[in-house]
Amino acid sequence: MGDSFCFRKRNASIVVSLASFFLVSLIPFTIGRPISRGTAQGVSEKVFRLGDLNFPWTNAVLSWERTSFHFQPSKNWMNDPNGPLYYNGWYHLFYQYNTEAAVWGTITWGHAISRDLIHWFHLPYAMVPDHSYDINGVWTGSATLLPDGRIVMLYTGSTNDGRQVQCLALPANLSDPLLLRWVKHPANPVLTPPPGIGYTDFRDPSTAWLAPGGDKWRIVIGSKVKKTGVVLVYETADFVNYELLDGYLHEVPGTGMWECIDFYPVRLDSGYGSDTSANGPGFKHVLKASLDDDKHDYYALGTYDAESNRWTPDDPGLDVGIGLRYDYGEYYASKTFYDQKKKRRILWGWIRETDAERVDAIKGWASVQSIPRTVVIDRKTRANLLQWPVEEVESLRGESFEFNDVMLEPGSIVPLHIDSASQLDIEASFEIDEDDAAATGVDSGYNCTSSGGAASRGLLGPFGIVVLAYKHLSELTPIYFYIAKKPNGNLEYHFCADESRSSKALDVSSPVYGSSTPVLKGEKLTIRSLVDHSIVESFAQGGRRVITSRVYPTQAIDYPSKILLFNNATSARVKATVKMWKMKSAGIRDFFSLDQAL
Amino acid sequence: MKFPLILLTILQLHSITQPGNENLIEKACTSTPNYALCISTVAADPQSAAAANMEEIGLILVEAVKGKAEEALSTIKEMKPTSPEYRAALEDCRDAYETVMMADVPEAVTALTRGVPKFAEFGMKDTAWEAEICDRRIGMVAEKGTLRDVNKCVQELATVACGIIRSLL
Repeated sequence: MGDSFCFRKRNASIVVSLASFFLVSLIPFTIGRPISRGTAQGVSEKVFRLGDLNFPWTNAVLSWERTSFHFQPSKNWMNDPNGPLYYNGWYHLFYQYNTEAAVWGTITWGHAISRDLIHWFHLPYAMVPDHSYDINGVWTGSATLLPDGRIVMLYTGSTNDGRQVQCLALPANLSDPLLLRWVKHPANPVLTPPPGIGYTDFRDPSTAWLAPGGDKWRIVIGSKVKKTGVVLVYETADFVNYELLDGYLHEVPGTGMWECIDFYPVRLDSGYGSDTSANGPGFKHVLKASLDDDKHDYYALGTYDAESNRWTPDDPGLDVGIGLRYDYGEYYASKTFYDQKKKRRILWGWIRETDAERVDAIKGWASVQSIPRTVVIDRKTRANLLQWPVEEVESLRGESFEFNDVMLEPGSIVPLHIDSASQLDIEASFEIDEDDAAATGVDSGYNCTSSGGAASRGLLGPFGIVVLAYKHLSELTPIYFYIAKKPNGNLEYHFCADESRSSKALDVSSPVYGSSTPVLKGEKLTIRSLVDHSIVESFAQGGRRVITSRVYPTQAIDYPSKILLFNNATSARVKATVKMWKMKSAGIRDFFSLDQAL
Repeated sequence: MKFPLILLTILQLHSITQPGNENLIEKACTSTPNYALCISTVAADPQSAAAANMEEIGLILVEAVKGKAEEALSTIKEMKPTSPEYRAALEDCRDAYETVMMADVPEAVTALTRGVPKFAEFGMKDTAWEAEICDRRIGMVAEKGTLRDVNKCVQELATVACGIIRSLL
């Protein structure tokens, strides 16, 4: 049986001080061995460390990490986006918030509004934990906009006795376009865990849709039965009294607890979104779950039979929890809403910090929201969704820079001359030389996460862009494609984001994220990347695959930060075209200034 | 060498646990990467006799992690740095363990008692990370020592706690 440091006796202190004195006097600096993060972080060895020299975080470096055009409160901890909706001229975002610290705790609903999903104004808290049914936390929930203009908000309360229940809240005043105040319904909690469901496995009620017949509404709540993720469906006429429908909307064994269920229709033939109640022959339904087990958001396309209240995936091999993810980086607890102003379905996602908590405590804040994304079906493949940053983000574009048809020989790196690369909107396209591709041999196969990143060269990759790079490339974040030729001659494409050398600091994560991606005949390889200080959101093939990265460089910040093109393939030339824009700040601030008392 | 001693202790302490409770502890500890450490940690906690569910076993482990983090802080206090690098390393270690005490442990306790084990996993994973970071920093100035042993023990305990927490997800 293994020995444990917890069983060892303490060393005599005199031995400690003698040993320390001896060692310190001999060797002031050592060249560090690469060291595993071990089970705590599960990432590969860092082989680029020049030494274990400590990097002390400075105020300048830490304050650089704050984003300029992503939603985040001024301080403390945030998690899931809640109750997004468009109402009376304003987009609303609510969110899980800890008023006390830069770590999760007893949660309040934060609130912000915007005209355009980009320029946000902070409002006072919408709901605080002040009833026995939510005293331990006002947790995640969703808004339903009723046809008569009323709004209902359903959310999970963490009760004084540690149970999870569903609660109803209504705007205090529907003619207040800011929807400042919310009233919790006297009948709360309106739903408690049903028989057979654990009293802590019952949370995150969804937006409602109309049941067949048009006089009742249905909502979904995720749960688990042993290790099977399940979706409970309730029907209600008044959002106060509910009937649990028989069976589950869907279930997938082995996937564990399903959090933050989202369920919505997508049109097969259109680039527009649909109201949550839409259904019919021209529609598919997306079922999405946040998996507690692995902290990723999974979705699948399928068909919803409203009469039997069952959803069936188009491809059971790519079912919820075992198939596609919205995002192959850091991204969780996402939720969509229907924007009736512009007829779009908009997706919000929570992006955590991936640095050590100690640094978050010094920074005084933790977490951002993704840039809202439109979601439509990919009409070319019909097998996945496309996500794309809302067009309003382009209003932040300033000076642009173009680099056309840059030839990248194997092993080349080309800096793109632009000062200050912390806030950028980048559109890049790549073409690999067809003759080179045809002539190369078979590749043994590729997997972004185990590849070792952009420095591991193959015949037909990696190649792409490098963001937040420092001179001498001591810090860099490559976002790239890798092409692997299969034995049958077909090409398999991979899209990856490599954080393994993003920062010299010890207390940040350094994974390589990514996935394979379909590339159709005739398509160029494209990357759109939004760089906003410590967050990089990258979209391949028009949003067919997305990767959100959190990066914490110590030197590749402000004016010294650079952007480059690279081609690390050994056997192929790549032609690249890049257009990029410097991005202005969104100037997120309080709606009410200090001298405007409420 | 040490195992028979542990086994003896376990057997002795098991005789004072709740009937039926042994199965719970057994189930909890087999889901962790260090069964012996898990068993001995649970057995050493007087609360273990009354533990009725997996969440409470998880809380026992988190409490043990907290105790070790406190031990780390008092060890750091007693250490006398002999160079600026050593002093800086000790300050980093103190920051790391203060974060464990002020943020990670409370987060894990709150999460376990409110039935969202995901946040307890975040808290214990970070605890193991903070201990590892401290150990890398102090390892540059001191090859051996009490603090290094405590660091490694914190990592081991936090990893065991994670194992139990993951079985609750």
